[in-house]
This record gives sequence, structure tokens and C-alpha cells, in this order.
Amino acid sequence: MSMTAALETRGLSKSFGALTVAANIDFVLETGARHALIGPNGAGKTTFVNMLTGRLPPSKGQVLLGGEDITRLRQAARVKRGLGRTFQINTLFGGMTVLDNIALGVAERLGVAARMWRPANAHDDVRAEALALLATIGLEDDAGRRVVDLPYGKQRLVEIALALGLRPKVLLLDEPAAGVPSLESERILEVLARLPGEIAILIIEHDMDLVVRLAQRVTVLVQGEVLCEGTPEQIVGDRRVQQAFLGERHG
Amino acid sequence: MSRGGSYAADHRVRAIEWLPWVAAIAAFFLLPDYLPLGARVLTYILFALSLDLILGYAGIITLGHSAFFGLGAYVAGILSARFGVADPMVQLAASALAGALLGISTGAVILRTQGLTQLMLTLAVGALCLEIANRATSITGGADGLSGVTVAPILGQFRFDLFGKTAYLWCLAVLFAGWFLARRLIYSPFGVALTGTRENSARMHAIGAPVYWRQVIVYTFSAAMAGVAGALLTQTSQFVGLNVLGFEPSGELLVMLILGGVGRIYGAFVGPLVFLVAQDFLSKQFPEYWYFGIGLLLVIVVLFAHGGLLGIGDALLARRRR
Amino acid sequence: MEALLSSAASVAFHGAAYGMVLYVISVGLSVTMGLMGFANLAHGVFAMAGGYVLTTALSRFGVPFPLALLLAFGVVGAASIVLERFLYSRLYTAGELPQVLFTIGLVFMAVAAARLVFGSLQQPVPLPDYLTGQVSVLGRDFPAYRVFVIAFSAGIIAALWFGVERTLWGAMVRATVDNRAMAQSIGIDTRRLFMLTFALGSGLAGLGGALGADIIAIEPTYPFEHLAYFLIVVSVGGLGSLRGPFVAALLIGVGDTACKYWLPQFGAFFVYAATIALLLWRPAGLFGRRA
Repeated sequence: MSMTAALETRGLSKSFGALTVAANIDFVLETGARHALIGPNGAGKTTFVNMLTGRLPPSKGQVLLGGEDITRLRQAARVKRGLGRTFQINTLFGGMTVLDNIALGVAERLGVAARMWRPANAHDDVRAEALALLATIGLEDDAGRRVVDLPYGKQRLVEIALALGLRPKVLLLDEPAAGVPSLESERILEVLARLPGEIAILIIEHDMDLVVRLAQRVTVLVQGEVLCEGTPEQIVGDRRVQQAFLGERHG
Repeated sequence: MSRGGSYAADHRVRAIEWLPWVAAIAAFFLLPDYLPLGARVLTYILFALSLDLILGYAGIITLGHSAFFGLGAYVAGILSARFGVADPMVQLAASALAGALLGISTGAVILRTQGLTQLMLTLAVGALCLEIANRATSITGGADGLSGVTVAPILGQFRFDLFGKTAYLWCLAVLFAGWFLARRLIYSPFGVALTGTRENSARMHAIGAPVYWRQVIVYTFSAAMAGVAGALLTQTSQFVGLNVLGFEPSGELLVMLILGGVGRIYGAFVGPLVFLVAQDFLSKQFPEYWYFGIGLLLVIVVLFAHGGLLGIGDALLARRRR
Repeated sequence: MEALLSSAASVAFHGAAYGMVLYVISVGLSVTMGLMGFANLAHGVFAMAGGYVLTTALSRFGVPFPLALLLAFGVVGAASIVLERFLYSRLYTAGELPQVLFTIGLVFMAVAAARLVFGSLQQPVPLPDYLTGQVSVLGRDFPAYRVFVIAFSAGIIAALWFGVERTLWGAMVRATVDNRAMAQSIGIDTRRLFMLTFALGSGLAGLGGALGADIIAIEPTYPFEHLAYFLIVVSVGGLGSLRGPFVAALLIGVGDTACKYWLPQFGAFFVYAATIALLLWRPAGLFGRRA
């Protein structure tokens, strides 16, 4: 191996009793990669992601982040080591402002979140960084609005910005454009395309258009196992993949 | 209206926030006959504020907050009646410490659980404390209560007089200190993180926040505060009875806080004031109707007016602006 | 040794009677909490109401005992339907805090109403002659009424378990407790199911309160005083389970009786301490599924 992969799994498996939802997944995410994970419904994609982030402990196998074995680490520890994720369904701090949503993540990263004496708004560094981040995704005008008052597409953007505020080395995007009308998803695609090159990105997606536009490599997961891996063109043309997706193609 | 801290919220005290203190001082001069009631109101405001920190900000539902209040009350009483320690500052400090110890030991275990289990554990701890107080008659006086509580003059100077003047000002001073600290906490980054935990605990975990430890910290702080409130009650009434413990006072406190409005500091001011004043006037006349009434009020508030009195106030203000 | 065995037998017997009553009262709470996830802290009110129905029917109206028991079940069950339709159902999606607060409000109202109507004293329970006195079981004398309580409760419990295992209603309850969304998608009318189950559970609570009026005194502060034990039965037994609360109720019944008999200076201390320890070891309860 020439370079340590940003994220790697070896033989990752998960069973609930007799039911196996993930079987022996060997997966490599290179540094700076733009990698997509696709598969029909129930293929085990979200289970896989939950095992990567630490929400779900695997039955067997290892997860390595930058070469370090993180299989035993809890979610918070993995985040501190640079593993970030977004959720398929918006998991935001609804009643709080957009700025605060981002600031919460930034403050955690900067290690100031536990301070109990100095007022929050005196922390100019946190606020400035949060605003700068909002500017890069074009939401600086909405900084003072509550998240619940935003349209769904903008909330999806906040979801991504929140994860970015943690300066992850690896970013797992769980269906970033899910549920967003096509007009607004264009905006999301732009943001994704402009993400910093040093972050390794894994996108879990159904939308093949998005995959083709953004991904350099694609892994196909079917019934908890890796079916095949390759460039988007190779995958789209692969017979087995087409069969697995029979009836699953989205427009 | 911002419900507490935010990275964009101005932390400086707004002019209107001085109103409660002005009103309290005015009451001292204008309502000399009601000072004992006033001291009681101030005590319960402190108690309600402590509950608001964990309920309104951290989002922890508890049915056993009276455990800390009662512990503080008994510690102050026992120190005085059994050990002759009458200095009010020492009593407060001891009650705060006792509350904090109970808070951190129970909080550390309870906060590992969720849902009904967590609720049940808060209730069980409260019931446990009541049972201990009930049985350890030689120390606590059991069902008869603990009398013979004396409080020495504050700083050697200010004696607790019969008219309740010193008691009132003492409670006011302690409440001010508690309010100051609580407010500081809420506007700090820690406070914003607490609000985040209430809003979406899953996401707080996902951004690497040590949710559990933060909850333990605020739970401990709140328990200490409740302990101090309990001590104040003992000091001003010079008696401790079993009615400071158990489900009933926890339930009543919840009513007071919900009435005023959860998660917005001043709900903890408005709620106890309205509740205790109304109770003083109404329950003498019609004790059972009063009790029925607050139950009914709680049901109505839950079904129709979530934000309590301050929430209704907000809605009215919003309508005026249109 | 003889004396120890004798008192042990007595403790076991009285503890069992207490435990059975606790179970009959609390089983409805377990099922409805497992079914709908609704934290009903006012469950004790239904038990108290059943007790008042019984004592009033017996003392004031001279109603025969079996009929009075039936009335306790029926009146409370029917009243609970009204409460459910008009009040409880508004809060199913409201979240834990509003549900807790609402039910606390109901408790306050019920306690005040009971004091207003019946006064603060414990209600006397005029038992029929054929249930008073002693009965000889295995060479020992036991109070006849307590023997009746154990036997009758066993009968109710058997009927309940049979109903849940064998009837269509029972199957629907088990399915919905297991996976509510799934149950709805296969066409189970969960709203109606909940209303029926809630009525049954509340009726049982009323019956349990009436049956146990001799053991758990009927007085206005009933819902406050015994709330902890009802909730302990449910949370230690496991939400939505039938067998779990049975074991828990017996443990509490016997444990509480034993402690109060042999260690009266500690009272219920050990029960609460044991509950805390147990819940920390098994947060989902002894037989619960979800943690």
C-alpha cells in the first residue's frame, strides 16, 4: 500500500441473530477521494455508515481512520479524529438559528464549548468562522433565521455546513439531496462540487445523475455485500449492477 | 424572543430585566405585612430556576427535584437543631454541598438512562429520600418534623427579626446571586450547548460533544441550587417538615414552572409568584377547590398554552406589533 | 426456627396478596405504555376510583360484594373511555413532558375531588361475612379475604394472559407493542385498539384498587403515595410485557412486606434502593425489550 487510506474497513460484518445485514465488507476510501456508495433499498448502506461512525457496533471486522483502528471508539471520539457525517433526514437544532447550528460544531472543535463563564457572543472566533462557513455555501443572509423556518433545501445545506464546521478529514454524506426539489438540489450539487479537495468524501446515494457528476469511484452494495467497484461509467454499464437495480432506476 | 443563550445573543442585562428586582425592593417598602410570603416566593423562584436549568435548558425531565430541596432543608435544620451550627452562610454552604453531592452521585447514574427508566429513577430517588427522612426520626424528627432551628445574625450583624424583614432581604440577596450565576451559565458556550442537547441530542453526539458529562455538570449545579433554596426555606420558617420531600412538592414545582414558562429564566420568576400569591389568597378560603384548580390549570396549560404565562405574553405582544 | 418459618410463611402469603393486587392494578399501565408510549402517571387515579366505587357501593348502597367489584371494573373502564377520547388522545404525539404534566394535573384534580367528596380519612371496607374470618390452608390459618384476593387475582390474571395469547385482540396488541408502524401498515386500527386496551387496563386498575382496598387503603392521597410502586412494577418488569410486571409485582409485594415486618425502621428503603440498582443493571426492565 503506497499511501494510508483516509478510511478503510476490513471484513466489516453485522448480524442480528440469524439476519445478516452486512457481510465481510472490505472498503477503501482514498485521501481526497470522491467516492459513492450505491445499492438498492435494504442493501445495508445506512447500516454500513452507522458502523463507520460508531452508532452501531459491528459483529466482526475493523474500521480504520487514517490507518488507526477506531473500531472500539465511540462516536464522539471518531468525530474528534476527523470523521464527519450528515444525516439522510435533517438532524438539526430546529429551534435555534442557522448561525448557532454551525457555531455549535465549530465551538466543539475549538474546544470552547464547555466554557461556563464568558458569554458565548464574546467568542468572536467561533462566530466569525461560522459566518465564513455560511458564506461559502451562500447562506450568510439566513444566519439569524431559525432552522425550522427555512425551506427544506436550505436545511439540507445547513446539514452539510454543520458537518463542515468540524473540519473533517473524512465526510460521509448520507443522501445529501434526498427529498429536495430538483431546483434546490442544483445548489446542493454546486456546494458539494466545491468542497475542499483534501477532504475524502463518501456519498451514499440513490440518484445516479448525482453519482455520475460527483463521483470518481463507485462501490455497489447489494444485500450487505460488495457487488463490484469501479468508475461511474464502468458501474453504469455493468450487467450485474443493472440486474440488481431492476426496477430501482430513478430518473 | 430568544430563549436564552446563542452565539449572537447579547449577554448584557437588558433594562427590562431589572424589573423583578425593582419590584422586589418596592415590595419590601410597600408591602411590609406580606414579607413572609415574599420570602417564600423568592425561595421558590430560586428552586424553580434550578429546575428550569435542567428541564428547560438541558431537557431532562425529573419528578424528584424535591430530593435536593428537601436535603438542603434538612441539612440546614439538622446543623442548627442537632449540632448548634447557626451561622446562615455556613448552613447555605453545607446545603449547597449536600445538594451537589447527591446531585452528582444520582445524576451520574440516572443520566445514563432515558425515557421511562430515567423518569422512574428520578422518582425513586425522591421517594428514597422521603422514606429516609420519615424513618430516621432521631435525626430528622420524622413525621413530626424538625423544630428548634435557630439562625444566627447574618455576618454577625443582621438579626432575623419577627417581621420577616431580614429574611426577605436575605432571600433576595441569595436569589440574586443564584440568578446571576444561572444567567451566566445560560449565556455561555456551555449554555448554548445545553440548549443544543435539548433541541437534538442525537446531533450533539454526532458533533463530538460529551453530552453525558455536560448533563451531569448541570444536574449537579442545579441540585446545589435547589439545596440552597431548601436551606432558605428552613432558615425563614425555622422548621423542616416532611412536606419538603416526595412527589407532591416536585409536582407543585413543575406546575409553577410550567405556569410561568419553561426555558426562559423569567418563567421561573413569574410562575412561583403567581402560584404562591394565588395560593395564599385562595387556598385559605377554599383549600380543596384551590388544589383542584391548579390541577385543572395544568391540564389547560398543557393542552392549550404551552409557553405558560410568558408564552401568552409573547403571543399578545406579537399580535400588537402586527 | 419454627417461629421464623411461621413468620416467613406469613410474609410470603401477605406479600403475595399485595403483589397480586399491585399486578392487577399495574398491568394496564404496562400494556398501554408499551402500546402507545404514553406516560400515564395518573394510573393510580383509576385504582383509587375503583376503590371508592366499591366502598361507596358497599357502605352507602348495600350492594352485594361481587356486584360491587363488577361495578368498580365497569364504571372506571367506562369513565376512562371518556377521558381517553376527549383528553388523552390529544397528546399522543405531544412528547414526554406534556404527557407527564397533563397526567400530574389529572392527579391533582382527582386528589382534590376525592377529598371534597369523601373527606380525608381512609374508607372502611365492609366485607361480606363469607369473606371474613380465617381459613385453614395446609394446617395454618390465614385471613379469608386475603386468600380470596390471591385466588381471584390469579383467575383474573389467567383470563388476561389467555386473552392476550389466544384472542384476535391480544394478537393485535402484541403486534402493535412490537412494532407500531408495521402494525398500522397492515391495517390494524391502532387508535381503536388503544382505546379498548386503555379501557381494559383502566378497568383492571379499578378492579385491582377495589379488590385491594383492604390492603392498600383508599384515601385521597392514594395516587401520590402509591405511584412509585405502580411505576416500579412497570419499569422493573418491562414496558409492554405481561410476565415481567408479574414477577416485579411479586418481588415488590413480598419485598416490601418483608422489609416492613423485619426491618420496620428502614421501611421501603430497600425496595427503592433495589429498584435503583436493578434499573441501572437492566434499564429495559427484567423482561423488557427496548432500553
